[in-house]
Amino acid sequence: MQFPADLRYTKEHEWLRLQGGEAVVGITDFAQDALGDVVFVELPAVGTVLTQGQTFGVVESNKTVSDLFAPVSGKVLAVNQALRDEPEAVNQDPYGAGWMVKIAPASASDAGGLLDAAAYQAFVAAEKAK
Amino acid sequence: MSGYSPHTPADIAAMLAAIGIRSLDDLVAHVPANLRAKATVDLPAGLTEPELRARLSALAERNLAPDLGVVFLGAGAYPHHTPTLVDQILLRSEFATAYTPYQPEVSQGTLQAVFEFQTFVALLTGLEVANASMYDGASATAEAVLMARRLLPDRGTVWLSRALHPHYRAVVATYVRGLPGITLRELPFGADGRSDLSALRAGLGSDALCVVLGYPNVFGVLDDVAGAAALAHDAGALAITATTEPLAFALARSPGASGVDIAVADGQSFGLPLGYGGPSVGLFAVQERHVRAMPGRVVGETADTNGRRGYVLTLATREQHIRRERATSNICTNQGLCTLAVTTYLSLLGRHGLRQLAEVNYAAAHATATRLQAAGVERLMTGPFFNEFVVRVPDAVARWEQLVQEERLVAGFPLGRWYPELPDALLLCVTETHGPAEIDRLVGALASPARSARAARG
Amino acid sequence: MGKLLDEPLIFERGSRGRAGWPIPQAMDPASVEPLPAELRREDDLSGLPEVSELEVLRHYLRLSQWNYSAATAMYPLGSCTMKYNPVVNEAVVRLPGFARLHPLVPDVLAQGTLELLAALETALKAVSGLDHIALQPAAGAQGELLGMLLVRAYHIDHGNARKRVLIPASAHGTNPASSALCGYTVTEVPMNARGLLEAEAVANLMTDDVAALMVTNPSTLGLFEEEIEKVAAAVHAKGGLVYMDGANMNALMGVARPGDMGVDVMQFNLHKTFSTPHGGGGPGAGPVAVRQSLAEYLPVPRLMRFGDRLAWEEEAPKSVGRLHGFYGNVGILVRAYAYIARLGGPGLEEATRLALLNANYLRARLRGTYHLPFETPSMHECVFSDRNFQDHHVTTLDIAKRLLDYGFYAPTIYFPLVVKGALMIEPTETESRETLDEFVEALLRIAEEARTDPDKVCNAPHETRWTRLDETRAARRPVLRWRPKPADRQEN
Repeated sequence: MQFPADLRYTKEHEWLRLQGGEAVVGITDFAQDALGDVVFVELPAVGTVLTQGQTFGVVESNKTVSDLFAPVSGKVLAVNQALRDEPEAVNQDPYGAGWMVKIAPASASDAGGLLDAAAYQAFVAAEKAK
Repeated sequence: MSGYSPHTPADIAAMLAAIGIRSLDDLVAHVPANLRAKATVDLPAGLTEPELRARLSALAERNLAPDLGVVFLGAGAYPHHTPTLVDQILLRSEFATAYTPYQPEVSQGTLQAVFEFQTFVALLTGLEVANASMYDGASATAEAVLMARRLLPDRGTVWLSRALHPHYRAVVATYVRGLPGITLRELPFGADGRSDLSALRAGLGSDALCVVLGYPNVFGVLDDVAGAAALAHDAGALAITATTEPLAFALARSPGASGVDIAVADGQSFGLPLGYGGPSVGLFAVQERHVRAMPGRVVGETADTNGRRGYVLTLATREQHIRRERATSNICTNQGLCTLAVTTYLSLLGRHGLRQLAEVNYAAAHATATRLQAAGVERLMTGPFFNEFVVRVPDAVARWEQLVQEERLVAGFPLGRWYPELPDALLLCVTETHGPAEIDRLVGALASPARSARAARG
Repeated sequence: MGKLLDEPLIFERGSRGRAGWPIPQAMDPASVEPLPAELRREDDLSGLPEVSELEVLRHYLRLSQWNYSAATAMYPLGSCTMKYNPVVNEAVVRLPGFARLHPLVPDVLAQGTLELLAALETALKAVSGLDHIALQPAAGAQGELLGMLLVRAYHIDHGNARKRVLIPASAHGTNPASSALCGYTVTEVPMNARGLLEAEAVANLMTDDVAALMVTNPSTLGLFEEEIEKVAAAVHAKGGLVYMDGANMNALMGVARPGDMGVDVMQFNLHKTFSTPHGGGGPGAGPVAVRQSLAEYLPVPRLMRFGDRLAWEEEAPKSVGRLHGFYGNVGILVRAYAYIARLGGPGLEEATRLALLNANYLRARLRGTYHLPFETPSMHECVFSDRNFQDHHVTTLDIAKRLLDYGFYAPTIYFPLVVKGALMIEPTETESRETLDEFVEALLRIAEEARTDPDKVCNAPHETRWTRLDETRAARRPVLRWRPKPADRQEN
């Protein structure tokens, strides 16, 4: 199970990468493994304004549906259209080709409040033990 | 002992011992005693099978015997001949007693039949995909409106043609009653029995969600669906048709070819008995790009680990058991065996039989209408029609009741019950089941109403 | 014969020009005016089958042979009550007096069916201990929708619309879905460590903004809600109503009546407790029973007795309206009535007693090998989990698939959601001890295989004609119909 060190994480199992002024967001390796085969991803329209913690979409597998929660507040700059035809990218490459949205963060401090890789990994270990 | 439970006293004793209890009462000892004390099922003792059959036969005989009455009723349920083969398939226990096909490996019979059903519905409606069915045409219409709302959540005005079957309009009203922001508006019809498109053009605004037309409508008339769909689309709204008599699809332009977004229908005409109105089956078809907003079950093609083609329930994440309160609908079933009846029927009639049957219905209804007009009976609703049409008879209700009582002749449906503005109108349905002698009786009875009614009252 | 045969889609069979049921032309089509050109069908129905009657018979017969069914073997599906579907019911519903009756014939010509429906209403009142019945809902889910519409109408009429509904986490998905369709938001009610609702927990959540509690009794875990009367009192104390999902009625006949528990409104599933066949997914029926306080909101039309005649009453000012094109799934109602008449009151009570016996027998024989999450007594169904097999990486799904190799349909899996890896077993009262013993044997052997040969379980089924089907592919690349090849269309 992968926990790339250069990313930030949420307790809802999203990851965030800051590049340039943009935040790229997806779901983690743990999340895609727990979901099983992803069959559909419902994403917001470009231009939608999100609030941290608010749902911005849905990821569906065969048996379950999971909300996606915005890790930071901001405006949606881009969504990964390729997931429409190839939702399996979320399973195969959750941190790369499986990216979901790009957000222009409203505030620089939001991302700072998220978990780092070590903290997230510890969180996941605790969840598994339950 | 009813005979359906196989347990002997020895079985019961052995099983109690295995559980480690003394009597069946021990199994409910934890249920509060005050509840148990009042729980006797206060119904008479049971019957043997011969007694049961006698009782049900006696009840059935108190209904109008099919060979004794002459009935020209449509109005949402249609008399057609059902091939014997349809029932033979429905009586196969492998189909009739199968569960919902959640374990596809052992349900391929049901699943492939439903895949075929979905194909039939798409072909006949001219739309791209269909679901595995809804309860009936009326609830399918309501679900179509709910689907429109999911696609256009910022709009709320639903235009229902007044010529759409009033039961369908009523069920739509019941379904939207609990939802905020939906307004129902009525689209009037003209003297030709068609929805008034100039009223629609004038009324459609930026809040228009959808336009719903009967096709054919309650008067049997074929609306200008293409015209209405174009107006709806200009206003950014969706076009929906609801069809009580889908046999019309074999002769009339399909909803898909007319620009309709969602087409629903009641499938009773395709191999289901009249059965006093149920069970029936709702057909539901949409454009492919809308499929994720579509309610109900849907079967999709796939393959097993050996590459063998097979079918499974799919897109289940729209449904109640996963989305729960965010489901596209609360529907948990399709109409199962009724979809099998429709599939078998349409397979049997097929490309040629369906067209021929529709032509026979069309010809019989038109010939009867012409004969009635020639005999001096006024026709209302002059628009193009399929196998139902409307006549005006003086003192229609009294005449109609008299014919029922004296001659066991049901001369259509008195529309005044549904349309106060049409107090003397009768809605007549003529199908392949009505022979020349019966049609003669109908023409004779309606052509001389005034004299007989006065005589009867006199 | 002993061999299952291949069979393509009906659209892949046949030959141009063939017809299965030719229709004689009654008159010269030219003698009537055709439809105007813009209203005529745009194609000649190409793509629809051109097959003979024998081809149709063979096609559906071969398909039927691929199906598992309740007539073939046991369905131990929890919460589905897959009891025997009596064949006599199929015969009586087909009596021409019932089958060929148009729904709009004058009431005086339908007295036989109307008497049957009135008798069915009487029977459902007796079983529920409630006051009025609506027979229209075409399925349990539609019954739930009606029930919640009645709740909504009641509260609006009483001046406080209320916005929320309480639903246990173990509830069937139709419960929150039906509530949402009525505009309610859902608040989840926790259960205690024994898997039961506690009146105190309900009272804590109960405010005058809560319209109703939706409860299933026995719960979806198969456990009798021992505090149900106090739970109902807590709801009523703040002016709310209690809706009961009647899916598990098979556990209650002669044991406890919903009306006595404090339930105000409930739906039945006639295709469960009352033996109507599942038909591969329907049709069912979900009649609703209500207390007097909700009677005026019941849908139209309503069956009324005027002297010695029955008739439909269409007007009712406070009614929630119409739910069905006509009167409901009458063919299903006829079957349910036949079942109830055949068993009678004592027979229905006996059915429940033996359903409880069968379920508890399975529970006693399987516990230990299979993990039982709750010690609370089971009623007509018992819930296990796959916890004992986690170390071997064998899941509930694998066990379900391996059962198919043993000739049994799987129990209900992954429901209720509150038990991880749930395996819910309901044998019903019509299964014999020998069948139950065979089922136990199969499950014990699978448990053994999970330890010694887990791959066999994980890759099951092996002995069915179709091995595991790729549900992921079906969802990612949906193919929902057959399409005619372009060449076929061009020929015309």
